[in-house]
Amino acid sequence: MTMKKNLIDFIDISKSYDGNLVLDEFNLYVRENEFVTLLGPSGCGKTTTLRLLGGFETPDTGKILFDSVDITNLPANERKLNTVFQKYSLFPHMSIAENIAFGLKISKKSKQYIEDKIKYALKLVNLDGFEHRSVDSLSGGQQQRIAIARAIVNEPKVLLLDEPLGALDLKLRQNMQYELMRLKEELGITFLYVTHDQEEALTMSDTIVVMNQGYIQQIGTPEMIYNEPENAFVADFIGHSNIIDGTMIEDKLVEILGVKMACVDEGFGKMTPVDVVIRPEDVELVKPEDGYLTGEVTSLIFKGVHYELDVMANGYEWLVHTTQYVPVGTQVGIRVIPFNIQIMHKPESSDEKAVEIDE
Amino acid sequence: MNKWKRQLLAGPYLIWIAGFILLPLIMIVYYAFTNADGGFTLEYLAEIANENNRKALLLSVELGVVCTVVCLVLSYPLAMILNGLNIKNQSFIVFVFMLPMWMNFMLRILAWKLLLSKNGVINTALSFFGLPGIQILNTPAAVVFGMVYDFLPFMLLPIYNSMARIRKDWLEAAKDLGANNLVIFFRIIVPLTVSGIISGVVMVFVPSLTSFAISQVLGGGKVLLIGNIIEQDFMQGMQWNAGSGLSFVLMIFVLISMALMNSFDKEGEGTAIW
Repeated sequence: MTMKKNLIDFIDISKSYDGNLVLDEFNLYVRENEFVTLLGPSGCGKTTTLRLLGGFETPDTGKILFDSVDITNLPANERKLNTVFQKYSLFPHMSIAENIAFGLKISKKSKQYIEDKIKYALKLVNLDGFEHRSVDSLSGGQQQRIAIARAIVNEPKVLLLDEPLGALDLKLRQNMQYELMRLKEELGITFLYVTHDQEEALTMSDTIVVMNQGYIQQIGTPEMIYNEPENAFVADFIGHSNIIDGTMIEDKLVEILGVKMACVDEGFGKMTPVDVVIRPEDVELVKPEDGYLTGEVTSLIFKGVHYELDVMANGYEWLVHTTQYVPVGTQVGIRVIPFNIQIMHKPESSDEKAVEIDE
Repeated sequence: MNKWKRQLLAGPYLIWIAGFILLPLIMIVYYAFTNADGGFTLEYLAEIANENNRKALLLSVELGVVCTVVCLVLSYPLAMILNGLNIKNQSFIVFVFMLPMWMNFMLRILAWKLLLSKNGVINTALSFFGLPGIQILNTPAAVVFGMVYDFLPFMLLPIYNSMARIRKDWLEAAKDLGANNLVIFFRIIVPLTVSGIISGVVMVFVPSLTSFAISQVLGGGKVLLIGNIIEQDFMQGMQWNAGSGLSFVLMIFVLISMALMNSFDKEGEGTAIW
C-alpha cells in the first residue's frame, strides 16, 4: 500500500488563552488530497487548530509543518493555503468579481488570467454571471459560495473551512455539502473542515478527528467513528446513543443492568468494568417474553423516517429508534444482537475523565 | 383630527425655523441683491473681486485646507490606534478625546491666547529650560493651530466610527488572500473609511472656512479671513448689503465644497452623521 505523503503536520502544539489551555500537546497529520474534518463541541479547540494553520494565531509551543517546511512563524499572507470563514467575510466595498480577483491581483496575475479565473470559479460554484453584483444583493448561501470561489482561484494546496455552512438553513446546508464534495473531487486539493455538526462530518469526510477540550478523542473514517466509538464521549457526540455501565464477565459476554448479553468483543479480561454503547436503531423491540429485559414505553415522538421512543427498563431509560408504532404504556421486550453491542474501556486517568461530555 | 393634533406639535419648531433660519436667509439674499435704495444690483456680489476681499477669501480657503489636512493627518492614525486598542473601555478613551468639545470653544481659544502670548505659560516654561520661545501669536499659524484644536474631534469621531465598523474577519480574509499590511491599508481600510473621511473633511473645512472668532482672538486683527470682513461689514460699517453679498458668495462656496465631497461618497453613509 502506497502512503500518500503528509501535507500538514501539527507537532506537540499547545495553546492557551488567558490561562485556559485550549490545545494540549496536540499532534495531527493531514495527507494530500484528503477531506479531514475536525469535529467537536464549541470550545474543543477545533477552530483554534484551524486558525493556527491559517496563521492567525501562533502556538505557545510546538510547530506546524507544511510540505515538511516549518511554517509556525510564517505570516498568514505568505502561507499557501486559503480559508473560507464562518461569516463569509466578503469585502463589502467590492463587487463579486473584485472580491474573487483580490488574491490574484496581489500575486500580480495578468488581466486575462484573472478574468478567465473569475469566470471559471463562478461556474464552479454555479453562480455564472454574478460578476458585477454587489455583496449585499446576495443571499447567505450565495455569499458562502463566493467566499469559496474567492479562496480556490488562488489554487491553494489546502482549503481551510471554518464552519462554513453554520449559518445556512437545513436544505441549503445539505445542497452545499454535496457541492463541497464535488468541488473537492474536481479540484483535487486537501480540505480541512471544522464543524460541530456530526451529520455534516459523517457525510463529507474521508477522515474525522473528534476533539474535546483540547484533546483528540478519536481519528478514523466516518464508519469507524460511528460504528466503533473509542470512548463514551465519541459515542455520545456522534449520534444519540445508549451508554450504559457494564461489566465484562469474560470474552464475548457482558453484563448490563443485571442481564448477561452475548457480544463479539474480547480481550477485556474478566470482570472488567466497561462502558457499553448501543445505538438506538440497533435496539429491537419484541414481545415482553422474548426480550433480554422488559420495560414500558414512556414517550413516543414521530420523527418522519422513524419513531423515537423512550423505554424504561431495569432502571435505565433506553433510547430506541423504530419504524413500528408502539403506543406509550406498552410493555415491550428489548433485544440486541451481539454484533451491535459495542464495548468500550472505562476512562482510566483523570485526564481521560476530563474529556467526558459536560452538559 | 388626531393626525392634525399630532402635527401641531411640530409647530414651535416650525416657527423657530421660519423666524430664525428661513427669514434671515431670505433677508441675506434680499440684501445681497439690492442696494441701499432697495433697487436690484449685482454690485455687492461683485465685491468679492475687490482686492481685500479676494485676499481674505483666498486666505480663508488656504487656512481651511491646511487645517483640514492637519486634522486628517492627526486623526487618521489616532483613530486607527484607538480602534486597535485591545481594551474594554474603548468608548471611554474616545470620550476623553471628545471631552474638550464640552467646553465653550471661545473659552478654549482665549485660553490658548494666554498660553501662547509672549510672556505666557509656554514661553515661560521654554525659557526656564533655556529653550528659545515661540512667537506665533497673531500669525496665520496661530489661527490654524486654534482651528485644529477646536475642530479635531469633528474629524476624529466620524473616522473612528467608520473604522469601528470594519470587521476583524475582513482584515483576516485579506491577509489570508495574501495581502500584506500596506495592501490591507490601501485596499480595505481606506476604502471602508471614505465615508468617515468625507464627513470629517466637511465638518472641519466648512467651519474653518467661515470662522471669524478664532482668527480675531489668535490672529489679533492681523489675520483677516472672509468671516472677519463680513463681521466688520455688519457690526462696524453697518454695510448690510456688502456683508450679505459676501455671505452669499461664501455660502455658494460652502455648498460647492459639500457637493464636491459628497460626490466622492458613493454609499451616502457620510451624510448620515450631520
